[in-house]
Amino acid sequence: MATKASRSAARIMMAPAVILLLGWMLVPLTLTLFFSFKKYLPMRGDSLEGGLDWVGFENYGRFISSSSFWPSVQTTLIMVGGVLLITVVLGVLLALLLDQPIWGQGVVRILVIAPFFVMPTVSALVWKNMLMDPVNGILAHLWRFFGAEPVSWLSDASMQSIILIVSWQWLPFATLILLTAVQSLDSEQLEAAEMDGAPPLKRFWHIVLPHLSRAITIVILIQTIFLLSIFAEIFVTTGGAFGTRTLTYLIFQRVVDSQNIGLGSAGGVYAIILANIVAIFLMRIVGKNLDA
Amino acid sequence: MGRIQLKQVKKAFGDVVVIPPLDLEIEDGEFVVFVGPSGCGKSTLLRLIAGLEDTTAGTIEIDGQDATGLPPAKRRLAMVFQSYALYPHMTVRKNIAFPMRMAKMSLQEQNSRIEAAAKALNLTDYLDRRPGQLSGGQRQRVAIGRAIVREPAAFLFDEPLSNLDAALRVGMRMEISELHKKLDTTMIYVTHDQVEAMTMADKIVVLQAGVIEQVGSPLELYRTPRNKFVAGFIGSPKMNLIEGPEAAKHNAATIGIRPEHLTVSPESGDWKGIVGVSEHLGSDTFFHVAVDGFAETVTVRAGGDVDLHYGDAIYLTPDHELIHRFDEKGLRIP
Repeated sequence: MATKASRSAARIMMAPAVILLLGWMLVPLTLTLFFSFKKYLPMRGDSLEGGLDWVGFENYGRFISSSSFWPSVQTTLIMVGGVLLITVVLGVLLALLLDQPIWGQGVVRILVIAPFFVMPTVSALVWKNMLMDPVNGILAHLWRFFGAEPVSWLSDASMQSIILIVSWQWLPFATLILLTAVQSLDSEQLEAAEMDGAPPLKRFWHIVLPHLSRAITIVILIQTIFLLSIFAEIFVTTGGAFGTRTLTYLIFQRVVDSQNIGLGSAGGVYAIILANIVAIFLMRIVGKNLDA
Repeated sequence: MGRIQLKQVKKAFGDVVVIPPLDLEIEDGEFVVFVGPSGCGKSTLLRLIAGLEDTTAGTIEIDGQDATGLPPAKRRLAMVFQSYALYPHMTVRKNIAFPMRMAKMSLQEQNSRIEAAAKALNLTDYLDRRPGQLSGGQRQRVAIGRAIVREPAAFLFDEPLSNLDAALRVGMRMEISELHKKLDTTMIYVTHDQVEAMTMADKIVVLQAGVIEQVGSPLELYRTPRNKFVAGFIGSPKMNLIEGPEAAKHNAATIGIRPEHLTVSPESGDWKGIVGVSEHLGSDTFFHVAVDGFAETVTVRAGGDVDLHYGDAIYLTPDHELIHRFDEKGLRIP
């Protein structure tokens, strides 16, 4: 019953939520833009009350000309790409596996989803101290058991380690979405393909994978948005050392370590631009899957 | 060639026996219809023949060769599914080409077969569309096209018309029958609709609870049903089955008389009754009559111009030649 009255009533009732959400987004965005054009060094006596100097695009120039800017962008992309690759490939395989009728299916599914419930900080700590510690970690013990020299994961293979930790966290998400997609596949299609003479691998390639393409697209899009802002895992494990400084982490260092809010804000604006470029790229490449 | 023999084929899921050991022969080029109420095991039987289910015991022979252990792809059978099971991300052309692609057939051969199938099934204009853009009847034809191009030994149809509306169903029924005449290939067709069975089949297999009740041509089944179940299942409207003293008069436990074998009169006849619901179809009128002394109402077919209404007295006279008699076990008394 979309009468004129009910429509305007709906608008009024939705207004608080819309205004709140808009404010939630606009206030930080405006502040970031505002600070990015100001010299704001709290430790040197700059303060909002005292008034901030307008410096134009100086912060932007400094942030981008810093020797750590491009490596951090590269690190970000490698990290996001690595995690996406691992979670999607393993997610598809795990989803197919979990779709099989097995004993204790319910429990197994909960176990698979469990890592997603662990906070990033906690899981990073667990990985760092329990698994990857070069002296007392489980992996170190395992290596020694086979007579090998334990690897100091977080300094020698820092990037791979962080990708591993983040993948472990996000694999449940990918698996869950892909599992529901696998379950929605019409079994008659697979039987038809079987009768048409397609062996299992070809059935996977020609029937299952195309059916999953939409779910894979969704997984990639959602994960990219969240993975671009990975922070806790890096903070807890390497602290940005050993080539694991992503753009997000660089901004954090500029604001908190160097106490340069203006410079950090300029970095934040770059991060927004980067996220949008990546998002547009992804939409172009995989977004067409969503139309069908 | 497509001669299929089932020998003592049995299927059980765990302890539940769906199909007790069963023998069946399907001759080359025959149009065989499996018919029965839902859950009677007819689809399971078809899937056993297709190889989508494993037999618990017994052997399935195709053209004299044991095919019991063969995977579905090696049996040279093509199946049309109830949901059509088209591949939604492929165009019609690619759908039809899929089995040939899997068989690594040359592109030239593939194209000529696709063209031929598309022409036969009126799909030429739709070859580059996706299944999602087609109507139910067109999807059905694509599914049949995908089956034809393989040139199989036999076609298997699993309730292919149940997702279509009534008008389209009649049309597709004719098309499938025509296709069978043209290709002269064995076809096995599963349905719960006895009209489809009667109109299309060379041979009908009536199933109940996994057991074959009778095998025969449509008219054989209509004229000489072997038992009460077949008598009631074949024919529309259903045969009237009458028990009690009236049956005893004919030395039987039950007698059956089809609605079309009763003569209606407003004045005199063997059985007197009261008209209940009447269904006017224009050409025919069906009266549901409560006959004095009978437990159940009797359905009778009369001409379209018989002027009787709810509550009127009516007299029915059965054609004594066409009364079917059944014993206590429900079997036909010759």
